[in-house]
Amino acid sequence: MANSSVVDFPKNFTKALNDPQLRHNLRSAMDTLGMRRRTLFSDPVSFEQLRATGDEIRQRALRQLPELLEKLEKKCTENGIQVHWAETPAEANQICLEIIQRHNAHRVIKGKSMVSEEMHLNHFLAEHDVEALETDLGEYIIQLDHETPSHIIVPAIHKNRDQIARLFHDKIPNTPYTEVVEELNAIARKVLREKFLAGEVGVSGVNFAVAETGTLCLVENEGNGRMCTTAPPVHIAVMGLEKVVERLDDVPPLLRLLTGSATGQLITTYFNMITSPRKAGEKDGPKEVHLVLLDNGRSKIWADPELRQTLKCIRCGACLNHCPVYTRLGGHAYGYVYPGPIGSILTPQIEGLVNAGAMATASTFCGACEEVCPVKIPITDILRRLRNESYQKVDTPHAVKGHGYKLSVIESLTWKGWALNNMMPWANALSAKLLGLLSAQLPRLPKVGLLKYWGQSRTLPKFAARSLHALAKEKGLRDE
Amino acid sequence: MNNARANILARLWTAISPDDLAPFESSVAGSALELSRTERVARLKQRMEAMHAEVVITSANGWIDALKATLRQRLLNGLLYAPDTALGKALAAVWDSDLPPLVGYTETIEQCKERLFAIDASITSTQGGLADVGALILWPDSDEPRLMSLAPALHIAVLDAAKIHDSLAQAIAHEHWREKMPTNILLISGPSKTADIELVLTFGVHGPKELIVLILDG
Ligand code: SF4
Repeated sequence: MANSSVVDFPKNFTKALNDPQLRHNLRSAMDTLGMRRRTLFSDPVSFEQLRATGDEIRQRALRQLPELLEKLEKKCTENGIQVHWAETPAEANQICLEIIQRHNAHRVIKGKSMVSEEMHLNHFLAEHDVEALETDLGEYIIQLDHETPSHIIVPAIHKNRDQIARLFHDKIPNTPYTEVVEELNAIARKVLREKFLAGEVGVSGVNFAVAETGTLCLVENEGNGRMCTTAPPVHIAVMGLEKVVERLDDVPPLLRLLTGSATGQLITTYFNMITSPRKAGEKDGPKEVHLVLLDNGRSKIWADPELRQTLKCIRCGACLNHCPVYTRLGGHAYGYVYPGPIGSILTPQIEGLVNAGAMATASTFCGACEEVCPVKIPITDILRRLRNESYQKVDTPHAVKGHGYKLSVIESLTWKGWALNNMMPWANALSAKLLGLLSAQLPRLPKVGLLKYWGQSRTLPKFAARSLHALAKEKGLRDE
Repeated sequence: MNNARANILARLWTAISPDDLAPFESSVAGSALELSRTERVARLKQRMEAMHAEVVITSANGWIDALKATLRQRLLNGLLYAPDTALGKALAAVWDSDLPPLVGYTETIEQCKERLFAIDASITSTQGGLADVGALILWPDSDEPRLMSLAPALHIAVLDAAKIHDSLAQAIAHEHWREKMPTNILLISGPSKTADIELVLTFGVHGPKELIVLILDG
């Protein structure tokens, strides 16, 4: 479950790795998504050009963030959309609850929204006697099983059809057991149609918010997002404040990058652009539209030029699909809402290094995420930064919360010793020789101290008889 | 909650750097597609068919007959339509009694929700199309409300071939969207679908199970 406490990473990892069903479900799905993406972006030259455009649009938007947020607020307000600001998930939840209560509503229907997951909105509403029903098929499946999404695009991808068949049979009254995917869809369609009719408030996320026109854009295939934003009399859109873009012209390239990177689609079934609530004379659409802008640490991330790049993310999920760590673990092992490479850089910054710093270690630094990221986020640089700050007390205003949490006296002494050793050639030569001699007696590093943990899942390396410095010298290489 | 607004904006404005305020040079040139009308029709058709839409190329004179032929092949309890549009009037003028009855969307959703969700099919006009990705552009309004293209299991859309743009970027520019954004704009590329179970693609999960596009070309 996602929460704000320290996650037991090694335990989660071991559990995920020892679940053959999970590994099988994930593997084939991730391979398929990766293949579809490659098919769509098969021309590297035009893809690079598109990616450069995407990167530039997101950079330009972030540079002007405060101005664009003010503009978005102004435009939305002119259009009749009510804008709310929240510093924390708790505040955002409270804003949603107040709107819902003002309408005496108890049944909320939800489109897919990662920010609402970040807020744990459903849980909060349930505590206040409001039922929040997920209507995206994947979200609906995991909600039935009291789970959280394991992927930001395909939230139920850790489950296979047998598991879903059993779940529907057990949890939905009068439902026969069937493993036929079309039949499973039909069951969900029937249940959810009823809910769409009864929904009193619709909640959605936002993929892009256009400042110049005050337009909220939503990308989807199922139509449930359109239902949630059209059928009930009230629509609440929740969004992380980084989702704003400057111009309407910025939308087409980002849309192409998003759908192509996420599922290899040229375009999704629906692209829904909402600019105002129902106007006089119109027959449907919500009479009230609310936009909740959530900060939750984003303004602090934004202040640091390197970390800010995290906020370029358009939540396409491509970095998850291509990550050797994610594809073996799935999303739940990460213990937080955002898994995979994007989760590993975003979550420690939001939750602090003490709670989530371990996520930055869930990487092999293979760089696959960066290669596919449609907005060129330097994911490995940011991971490195987070790892470094875990071991360092940093004296800058933008240090990540919890910096230096891994710092220990022994480690700092060790590193000091290492630095000294490498600055003085005689000390280095001597220690290398000693180690070489030692290796005759002691072929491998001993499994003590920290190495004991490191060595639990690895084979410890042997000492070389001759040092790299010596070998380099012999080959006539420059050795500094 | 006003504090939140002030605090967030204060944090951002305080942290803004001179770099952020310097002019931003764009280094990227957009590559525009230039298609002929025939190519646009062909590409839209091909792309939308790939997304499981049924695309029929017909003409300004022949489309109602094409529509009737399609409807006669199916068992439908009614066809939701917009009585006050040119399209709606044209239909009403020549409707036959053996066809599914025309049902006007004349009341607000609050008054007709149940009935609306029970009707089998709908017909709407379109604002245009996008050739490069294969999608329809809809600008729902008071005559043709938003749920018309969503609630019924079959959605039929009428598209004028002259209004197909090369791309979304071109549609936005040529039609000056920025100056007149309506309540809602929709791009629709096919029937509703999902791949949430084992990535198996299935159609008609929440919105229409079928989408038929009648392109009036000539
Ligand atoms: S970091 Fe890049 S690849 Fe990963 S979800 Fe965000 S935009 Fe997509």
